Amino acid sequence: MTTQSLDTTTTDLTWRPVFKLDEIPVLGSRVVGSTAHGDIAVFRNREDEVFAVHDKCPHKGGPLSQGMVHGRSVTCPLHNWKIQLESGEAVAPDKGCTKPFAVKVEDGMVFLQL
Amino acid sequence: MRKLKLVMVGNGMAGVRTLEELIKIAPEMYEITVFGAEPHPNYNRILLSPVLAGEMTIQDIILNDKQWYADNGIDLRLNNKVVKIDRKARKVFGEDGCEVEYDRLLLATGSNPFMLPIPGADLPGVIAYRDIADTDAMIEAAARHKHAVVIGAGLLGLEAANGLALRGMDVSVVHISDWIMERQLDQTAANMLRKSLEAKGMKFLLPKFTAELQAGESGRVSKVVFKDGETVPADLVVMAAGIRPNTALAESAGIHCERGIVVNDTMQTYDPRVYAVGECANHRGIAYGLVAPLFEQAKVCANHLAMFGIGLYKGSVTSTKLKVTGIDVFSAGDFMGGDGTEDIVLNDPGAGVYKRVVLKDDKLVGAVMYGDTKDGAWYFQMLKDGQNIGEIRDHLLFGNSHLGDAGHKGVNSAAAMPDTAEVCGCNGVCKGDIVKSIKENGLFTLDEVRKHTKASSSCGSCTGLVEQILASTIGGAYQPADSNNKAVCGCTDHSHGEVRKAVREHKLLSPQAVMDFMEWSTPNGCASCRPALNYYCISTWPHEAKDDAQSRFINERAHANIQKDGTYSVVPRMLGGLTTPAELRAIADAADKYKVPTVKVTGGQRIDLLGVKKGDLPLIWHDLNQAGMVSGHAYGKSIRTVKTCVGSEHCRFGTQRSMEMGVKLEKMLFGMYSPHKVKLAVSGCPRNCAEAGIKDVGVIGVDSGYEIYVAGNGGIKTEVAQFFCKVQTDEEVKEVSAAFLQLYREEGFYLERTVHYIERVGLDYVKKRVLDDTANRKALYERLLFALQGYVDPWQERAQLPELRRNFEDVTA
Ligand code: SRM
Ligand SMILES: Cc1cc2nc3c(=O)[nH]c(=O)nc-3n(C[C@H](O)[C@H](O)[C@H](O)COP(=O)(O)OP(=O)(O)OC[C@H]3O[C@@H](n4cnc5c(N)ncnc54)[C@H](O)[C@@H]3O)c2cc1C
Ligand code: SF4
Ligand code: FES
Repeated sequence: MTTQSLDTTTTDLTWRPVFKLDEIPVLGSRVVGSTAHGDIAVFRNREDEVFAVHDKCPHKGGPLSQGMVHGRSVTCPLHNWKIQLESGEAVAPDKGCTKPFAVKVEDGMVFLQL
Repeated sequence: MRKLKLVMVGNGMAGVRTLEELIKIAPEMYEITVFGAEPHPNYNRILLSPVLAGEMTIQDIILNDKQWYADNGIDLRLNNKVVKIDRKARKVFGEDGCEVEYDRLLLATGSNPFMLPIPGADLPGVIAYRDIADTDAMIEAAARHKHAVVIGAGLLGLEAANGLALRGMDVSVVHISDWIMERQLDQTAANMLRKSLEAKGMKFLLPKFTAELQAGESGRVSKVVFKDGETVPADLVVMAAGIRPNTALAESAGIHCERGIVVNDTMQTYDPRVYAVGECANHRGIAYGLVAPLFEQAKVCANHLAMFGIGLYKGSVTSTKLKVTGIDVFSAGDFMGGDGTEDIVLNDPGAGVYKRVVLKDDKLVGAVMYGDTKDGAWYFQMLKDGQNIGEIRDHLLFGNSHLGDAGHKGVNSAAAMPDTAEVCGCNGVCKGDIVKSIKENGLFTLDEVRKHTKASSSCGSCTGLVEQILASTIGGAYQPADSNNKAVCGCTDHSHGEVRKAVREHKLLSPQAVMDFMEWSTPNGCASCRPALNYYCISTWPHEAKDDAQSRFINERAHANIQKDGTYSVVPRMLGGLTTPAELRAIADAADKYKVPTVKVTGGQRIDLLGVKKGDLPLIWHDLNQAGMVSGHAYGKSIRTVKTCVGSEHCRFGTQRSMEMGVKLEKMLFGMYSPHKVKLAVSGCPRNCAEAGIKDVGVIGVDSGYEIYVAGNGGIKTEVAQFFCKVQTDEEVKEVSAAFLQLYREEGFYLERTVHYIERVGLDYVKKRVLDDTANRKALYERLLFALQGYVDPWQERAQLPELRRNFEDVTA
């Protein structure tokens, strides 16, 4: 099980089941669409850690979910910015941040805190 | 695990660079202690010249401030010279009495300036030019005294003389040879240089031998006496007569030295726990005195310290640039020539331009230039690559910009560009931004410039220009990478060639297998290397290696081209540019049904539906599949289109059925992945309406058959295809084209188009393998057909299989 407790600013957060871990390809992602926070991209890496960030690159809004995942980061498909999945922050020298969300896996099910 | 202890002696450019590389790849492996005899953290020694000239300050040239050492947990001991090494006890002893143990020791003690052993050499006012203290002493002397004499007219001496002259001193340069910078310049270039330095107020005395320095009443030096009895007044004498590797410490510890600490290709001394890098090291008989080779050594040494025993240092070719503002000289390689070499010379004293290139067997072996040096980086690259220049020989001296470049790779000359000129059109980066970043961040390589400024990090068409800017900003410190052996990316030191070889010889079947086998330094690579590795596996082991979707760029994973707003385009295949009313109707219906905002005729003779939402892709594909249409792969490193003209089917001039030939080729190649995209064209006659002259394979019908051209490119840098052969039948066109493309598929490096592949291996080689060797041609043809067997249209697959289709759907919480 992997949990990241990250600072989310909204109150009244609840854990919502979104899909099974198996439904995210290893080194891939799935998108949870139309939430109050816009689209949220949920990533899975080779160690089966999961991460969730707003699916919008801090550079020009590229869909991060469509990028390539490596280690604990993703490379944006539009202009190759590298974004760290735990914090949502761009890897230097690029500067910018996309909002991270708390996410956990229990019994093979992925939960997002929304 | 206990951390190993690493002690570094000498806190200069080569040593600290080694630590930087080491921390990048193995941040946790060592506990590091650094001893520096100077009181400063690591600074950019080569920029002492602009500091002396008043163009920069000491603050500007600090490369790693004290915070950097602290951030990386390095125990920094400044102003503390190591006076003894005890190799048995594995300890070093500092001047202040401290003792530090080591598991590995890195010697990076640099050089000592050579002080002429003449009477008076130790008088006050006699100094060398090596460090901040010397520079400060010169600046101070210039404020209080009048006459300066610089002994030695090499790079260092001239830069010292220039700086002192700019600070108002009356400067004489004394030199023992017949011309200045004789180790970097031939006599013609040297004399032109001398003239322009004289115009700046410097005096030259040569050939002259210094006999003695005499003190004045104050005890400070006051004159220089020569062997011929002549004298000149001098309140400051700068000795710039050469450097000697600083080996005293190593020698006292019994480490083998000969004009430098002798090291092997992994930068280890005779005691394998002890490494040496930088000017103090002697590698294969050479102790380098420029930073570019030292940085290569640093990288190899760091790799070895990190126990990635893969990199080897094999020596460097160096180039020289003098850092005197307003004067351009450049030299590289064997510029003096001699037996078996030829010179091409351009000498225009009126315009102040001199260029000489030295050739041997159609390869460039040396170059020396004065006045107009913008092509220095270009010559140097060809020299390092050993490129065959037979074909461009006649244009060589006119430079890169005269080679029919359509892109801006060579048209601009970096040095002449204003700061406001845009260099990188993709990312909107101007020359001034790049120069500023190079200076402020102490950048030395193309990769670093890409990271910091984004210039040249997208389409790459401005790479040449960025390299020129880098070269003109940092001079001889710039070392272009050898094109053939460039590392795949920052995750490894292996080159594309080495990776391809390992995939073949060790039957590696997935990107992860390659990364594990070749000891990648990152857990799962990056967006640059993974697609390359995936391609190498599937092209080398068709039907055995499984295509790794997560190592495909989104376009190839989704089988559609991503747009700037995150929507996609759909381009159905239209074989040979031919279509039917039924297909057009199906396209029109799909465009209506899925509310496609833009429908466009492409440059590849087919129709593009732009702005499709990801979730609609499988649906629209399904509809198009129903009408018999398949993926056009407009997104992939794969076969794109075969353009055709109407040909003898309709045209009054046509000699061959070009539409039919084009359709046959496109059908044959359906589903072919390649190092980069591949485009073909077939024209019915030499009027060539299908533009076969700028395609990877261009076929032109003639009365007696077909002419085949290869390696054209209509993109970033337009390249005209080269004549390959003439054949008679359609079957032969298929066989030759397929064999050529298969050779490229098997040997090309990822993202290398056919033109670049041929530039690298030579057209003659390709002809030998494909044309002269019939059996090999047939075998290549067979292998391509085998690889393409049973290819399933990716659109159909995704329109039908629910588990693949799911990847296009979002979920809601
Ligand atoms: C759609 C099309 C423009 C058009 O509307 O006509 C097009 C669109 C793109 N081209 Fe192109 N190229 C198109 C014909 C061409 C041609 C002309 C041709 O094929 O006859 C060329 C020059 C010929 C050549 O390639 O030699 C061309 C040279 C390039 C290049 C430079 C390649 C090079 O090696 O120099 C790139 C960049 C790359 O591939 O790395 C590129 C890249 C692109 C990309 C895929 C950029 C990207 O990665 O997103 C563009 C996608 C736009 C989009 O958002 O969908 N496009 N592109 C054409 C599609 C033809 C087709 O039916 O497949
Ligand atoms: C004015 C000037 C201009 C130059 N211009 C160029 C140029 O344009 N292009 C180019 O490529 N190169 C240039 N160079 C050369 C370049 O600076 C050197 O090649 C490079 O700095 C060598 O690096 P290094 O680490 O081997 O030695 P250094 O940078 O000299 O570092 C060695 C350090 O070790 C210290 N040290 C020595 N012994 C001990 C000890 N026992 N204990 C502790 N510390 C010790 C020294 O004090 C020194 O700080 C220039 C050099 C000078 C002086
Ligand atoms: S379609 Fe081609 S030329 Fe036009 S903007 Fe895109 S990449 Fe550039
Ligand atoms: S939008 Fe992500 S890198 Fe540009």
